[in-house]
Amino acid sequence: MKNWSDKLSPAVKDIPPSGIRKFFDLVSETKGVVSLGVGEPDFVTPWHVREACIYSLEKGYTMYTSNWGLLELREEIARRLYDDHMVKYNPRDEVLITVGVSEAMDLALRAILAPGDEVLVPEPCYVSYSPCVSLAGGVPVNVHTTLENDFRITAAQIEEKITPKTKALILCYPNNPTGATLSREELMEIAKLVNKHDLIVISDEIYEKLTYEGEHTCFASLPAMQNRTILLNGFSKAYAMTGWRLGYACGHPEIIAHMTKIHQYTMLCAPVTAQMAALEALQNGTEEMLKMVAEYDRRRKLVVKGFNEIGLSCFEPKGAFYAFPSIRNTGMTSEQFAEKLLVEAKVAVVPGNVFGENGEGHIRCSYAASVENLTEAIERIGKFLKNNSLCQRCG
Amino acid sequence: MCKTDLEIIDILENNSRIRPEQIAAMLDLEVAEVENRIKALEEEGIITKYLTLINWEKTCQETVSALIEVKVTPQRGAGFDKIAERIYRFPEVKAVYLMSGGYDFSVLIEGNNMKEVALFVGTKLATIEDVQSTATHFVLKRYKQEGVIFDDKEQDRRLVISP
Ligand SMILES: Cc1ncc(COP(=O)(O)O)c(C=O)c1O
Repeated sequence: MKNWSDKLSPAVKDIPPSGIRKFFDLVSETKGVVSLGVGEPDFVTPWHVREACIYSLEKGYTMYTSNWGLLELREEIARRLYDDHMVKYNPRDEVLITVGVSEAMDLALRAILAPGDEVLVPEPCYVSYSPCVSLAGGVPVNVHTTLENDFRITAAQIEEKITPKTKALILCYPNNPTGATLSREELMEIAKLVNKHDLIVISDEIYEKLTYEGEHTCFASLPAMQNRTILLNGFSKAYAMTGWRLGYACGHPEIIAHMTKIHQYTMLCAPVTAQMAALEALQNGTEEMLKMVAEYDRRRKLVVKGFNEIGLSCFEPKGAFYAFPSIRNTGMTSEQFAEKLLVEAKVAVVPGNVFGENGEGHIRCSYAASVENLTEAIERIGKFLKNNSLCQRCG
Repeated sequence: MCKTDLEIIDILENNSRIRPEQIAAMLDLEVAEVENRIKALEEEGIITKYLTLINWEKTCQETVSALIEVKVTPQRGAGFDKIAERIYRFPEVKAVYLMSGGYDFSVLIEGNNMKEVALFVGTKLATIEDVQSTATHFVLKRYKQEGVIFDDKEQDRRLVISP
């Protein structure tokens, strides 16, 4: 073929590659790096889960499951959602097992969007939302959260961006990359708006269990919201199961049926091995999960205190496993800062701008790392700031 | 004993070299408070010693250890504790547990070689008045100790950067 470029889908060509890619190559080439750039747990999946998976293989669980996923797993998910949040989903037609929240997000968007429909995407946010909206034929409309409000989205900020074409709103709390959470009251305000403008909410609650202060509010548990919400969640973060690729979507039978249609033709079903493991995680994994959460919480405090002490101003994240300190006073862009930090101090962080325009001026630091590595990283960053006279406290 | 003390020993049990400043940050406490609490825990004998876990098999030093099942006849009025003391006072004895089931004490002994351990059992342990019998089991390989897997092949396999 002479020119692939002419043959490619314009919709795909128009999407910029993930901003993390370039930086990843740079980090990979550098030796002796302490990385705070990893967006996944540093724990390996608890052994009892791995063991259950091995046993399932021994017993011959190597086949397709129903398109929706194993009924037993869907039942367990429904039971858990009822126990934790008092939301009732019928495991038979309101729960769909997917290949991670990633697939669930794609299915949800493709199932609801007509060409030109607008989707509100609060930023900074996880990198795949806007591209997925575009790929599904929609138009992502960014809503900028602000540092002044610790990156918590407000109903007023959302309302400003609503147009007759707005179809849905994506929410992700606890948030990647900021660690922000929303209180029940704040979510209620958003819920009112959602009702008023007849919107759909796609709520990515993958960091639900990693909430350190206050209780996580499931968006679907708010009055009248279950009907309007596509609830997404998964096993990657809470159970340290990123590589298993398993998640789920819950919602009204009609939206789930349509999502299942796409899933059925594109994915058929989620891997049975991962489904068996997830079942074990839900049935017997709470204790280990809570231990991991307690450990993240300790590291969170260590990191926030450490950053503030070395003069890197950092608000307290209330969930997930990220700190999102500001580097605005350094006069550098977040990419410049991250690159310089990597070269001079050998600490890898993710520049905030990859999570949206208003992530500029921040860096994302994951504290899914050992206490030793976190301490080392904080020390290195401290020295770096001093050497470059960037310490914000020292002026 | 409060929750904070439990958190402190939970952290220290996994890493005794962690500094009070780090513990203070992790638990949202003042450094002085952490130091005071650790001191109190030491004085109460809850924290008894700070040790280092060593995989001796990787060193040039040869050591052998044996687990010895010991059956005893406790004397009236004295009970098991008295006999245990006769056993645990020997520096060769690294651990002593009173057991339920088929025998009474489980005794861990370390020595430079098998002969030394066997000699100790024969001359010191078996000859204690109330000891009825002993059964010596030599340790051939240590896979895991204090919750730590020696030669663990699990390493950080994550990508250095991910979204
Ligand atoms: C907010 C958010 N949503 C979704 C995902 C992807 O989740 P999964 O592994 O379930 O596809 C991530 C992973 O980093 C994330 O941070």
